[in-house]
Amino acid sequence: MSAPYEVVVGLEVHVQLQTTSKLFCGCAVQFAAPPNSCTCPVCCGMPGVLPVLNARAVELAVRAGLGLHCEIARRSRWDRKHYFYPDLPKGYQISQLDQPLCFQGWLDVPAESDQGASRRVRIARAHLEEDAGKSLHGGTVAGQDVSFIDLNRAGAPLLEIVTEPDLRGADETRKFLIELRQLLMGLAVTDGNMQEGSLRVDANINLHVDPGGRNIATPIVEIKNLNSFRGVQRAVDYEAQRLYAQWQSDRIEHRPGNKQTRGWDDERGESYLLREKEEAEDYRYFPDPDLPELELDPNWVETIRISLSQSPAELRCELIEQHGLSQYDADVLVAQGAPVIEYFRQAVAAGAKPKPVANWLMGDVANLLNERQGSIAEFPVTAADLGRLLALVDQGHLTQALARDWLRIMVSDRQTLGSLLANHSREPVDAERLRQVCRELMHANPQAVAAFRAGKAAALGPLIGQIRRAIPNVDPRAAQNTLQQLIRELP
Amino acid sequence: MQAGETTVANVVRESIRRIDRDDLRLGAFLSVWRESALSAAQALDALSASDRRRFPLLGVPVAVKDLFCTRGERTTCGSRLLESFTPHYDATVVERLVGAGAVIVGKTNLDEFGMGSTGEFSAFRATQNPWCQNYSGGGSSSGSAVAVAARMVPCAIGTDTGGSVRQPAAWCGITGMKPTYGAVSRFGMIAFASSLDQAGFFANSARDIELLFHAVAGRDVRDMTSRDAPPESPESDSGRPLRIGYCPTGWRGNIDAEVEHHVQRSIEHLRHLGHQTVAVDLPHERFAIAAYYVIAMAEAASNLARYDGVRMTSRASPSGHEPPTLSEMYAATRFQGFGPEVRRRILLGTFCLSHGFHDQYYQQACRARRAIRDDYARVFEDVDVLIGPTSPTTAVPLGSQRDPVAAYWGDVFTVSANLAGIPALSFPVGFSAAGLPIGAQVVGPWWGENRLLKLAAAFQDTTDFHQRKPAL
Repeated sequence: MSAPYEVVVGLEVHVQLQTTSKLFCGCAVQFAAPPNSCTCPVCCGMPGVLPVLNARAVELAVRAGLGLHCEIARRSRWDRKHYFYPDLPKGYQISQLDQPLCFQGWLDVPAESDQGASRRVRIARAHLEEDAGKSLHGGTVAGQDVSFIDLNRAGAPLLEIVTEPDLRGADETRKFLIELRQLLMGLAVTDGNMQEGSLRVDANINLHVDPGGRNIATPIVEIKNLNSFRGVQRAVDYEAQRLYAQWQSDRIEHRPGNKQTRGWDDERGESYLLREKEEAEDYRYFPDPDLPELELDPNWVETIRISLSQSPAELRCELIEQHGLSQYDADVLVAQGAPVIEYFRQAVAAGAKPKPVANWLMGDVANLLNERQGSIAEFPVTAADLGRLLALVDQGHLTQALARDWLRIMVSDRQTLGSLLANHSREPVDAERLRQVCRELMHANPQAVAAFRAGKAAALGPLIGQIRRAIPNVDPRAAQNTLQQLIRELP
Repeated sequence: MQAGETTVANVVRESIRRIDRDDLRLGAFLSVWRESALSAAQALDALSASDRRRFPLLGVPVAVKDLFCTRGERTTCGSRLLESFTPHYDATVVERLVGAGAVIVGKTNLDEFGMGSTGEFSAFRATQNPWCQNYSGGGSSSGSAVAVAARMVPCAIGTDTGGSVRQPAAWCGITGMKPTYGAVSRFGMIAFASSLDQAGFFANSARDIELLFHAVAGRDVRDMTSRDAPPESPESDSGRPLRIGYCPTGWRGNIDAEVEHHVQRSIEHLRHLGHQTVAVDLPHERFAIAAYYVIAMAEAASNLARYDGVRMTSRASPSGHEPPTLSEMYAATRFQGFGPEVRRRILLGTFCLSHGFHDQYYQQACRARRAIRDDYARVFEDVDVLIGPTSPTTAVPLGSQRDPVAAYWGDVFTVSANLAGIPALSFPVGFSAAGLPIGAQVVGPWWGENRLLKLAAAFQDTTDFHQRKPAL
């Protein structure tokens, strides 16, 4: 039975932009550097110093905004958002309040299957802001409880993406975030590393309940600082149930101002109250007088638009419509990232059929990459070689098993397909030569032959390995058949 | 010095000798750089004559308001809170002065963070006016003005957020200029109200100010609001008769009769020099003080939020129980560290930006500011410069200003130039019967510094008010 309510979700996603330096100073943005080693007077909020805008961060933000189908503001403004906290050195954060860089966009949550339809989620805005530092509580120095402040992250560039409350339920919310992350990584806007906090999510959740035909909204709850897809999904599910129980007991409806802010304890799988609206902070925003309005040249924005790579949705569409792959295959391949898709295209261009290339990329190649912990960019076999290899299989020159072997050899010995082909004829193996090799090996390994005749089939394994070394282009199954046949023919 | 008739070391030694002789009484300096000034002087003396010619300010002793950061040297802002703060970077102004061959001899006293008009809000001591004992030297750049007026240094650097260079220049009988907003980098100048703050200059003549100004002006990559003067900036107008506007409705009745008399005489003198004067109307001028204080306090509250006791300043512990909570530490540090005027402005500024009051105060002040700026843009289509009094009064006795709002009204003629971002210069035009100096202010269009400097130089070529020295 479906739940008697609809779960409505809007997100605020903080994405750390992949710049080498911070938003308003030249300090490096580096995860896990020694505490306070990436700091200067500007990001430490020392007296008299001033922010200088990092143009690269603006470029990445514009790229993200265009990828999210946003309007890009020709003029946007910087505002100071005030609050006191030890890891906020200036006592304010430089952000964008009412003139954000990007606004009014959308992103589709991809369809579930070949039959389903995608769902459009509106993006209200995406703006640039600086990150705060980190507080590390619970230390002791000389027997005193102390907290430490690490300002390495203070001033790192963030893009805050705000959606309209268009998401429905935990599952769709998770899918949206996966799609968003893929899009932003594909645009090389962020490294997308969630463990390192490159993507942090605040989720606004409430329910639409429908007792007897009247659609009623419950109060909104904001869950702060979720940093995994699973965490988001669990938090939304948990909160939906908690909100419904709350609704059943108090019947309080949504009205402006009764929003609650909660945190999420991932270990216990529970949310906890941070503050009620009545205690909400007054950030006293006003335009930052240290920074002129940001004015963008529309021609520059167009240059970025033209240079944009395809979005995951466009890539999937290409794989399905041009190459005839299934929705599932397209999803899996696109999730592996744009370089894998480019590899796919080149392999197909080299003569292979799309479906086998997809299968190999999802199977053997993915396994080899996993074993080597590498990315496709570091894979020793070129896309053209893989394409030609699979074309040989398709044309009947190689068996699937042999091709698999060859791929491993190309990876382990860093050989090209060309050199393998030069060394080993791809002509069908001469049957008499195979029998000759088998006979020699039987002669040299009487114990193995005896063991096989006594019923131990595995005893021939090492011999087959030796046959393949002697005749690299032999089909292992043919080798096995021939060897067994000859043993059975023994007196 | 360029001719080799004296050495930089001699000049610097003489400056320090005068500081040592007079400053105990005047209180213009918070620190005197005896050793470093002398070694900088000797280094300049060691250069060849041709190398020395590359320095436009060769060997000029300069005093710097203690609101500019100086690398490795204490920078207090006149505040207890920064009493032991030593930055490891130089303000751009300091860097450029030294780069032009100037020798910094010390850091001067000021109202805490530049907030005040009499110098009495310095956390350390009130600077004395050299013309009259127990009178204020003005503020907030009190020490810089007094150092120049008492001839301890030939020139000095201050900051001007709402008149903090021009008013002390007027009260001390010297020349002071606030340039166009953005003409001089604010990097390393500790912020009071960032959209109004500008570095300014003190000297005994407009010609000296011109030298200083051109040595430090120009875009700085560390300050995004700084700019080079546009190529089409108002020309120096040498010789051309100017149309000088004045706005009598703005000041008649609000000022001392003696001040009005001497300003009127200076206008007559300019007419006598061949310039034309016309009455103009600045209809939104009456909103200037209110708009200025709302904006300045809002920005101050924001800029001073960083002094929270977490980094770089002393951290106070509230008395009573241990350990204090975070907010108790903040409150104690800021209450003990800031003086009464700074606290008042932080509180009022915070209030003006608060939810529910933001539109009524801050937004409204920004609207008034735009209207004032538009008034000036319109007026400067008709006239070349404006003239009027710098301050409604002459210097006031120390301890006489008890009502903060009355004190704020003392800035009535100076704040508009900061709101509009236009240059303004105060120059001496006479003395009261009590022997206190009186200044007049000329205000120019954006980037019109040269026009103001030439006009004041022409006045000074034909008068001697700027040459009179206080008896010490």
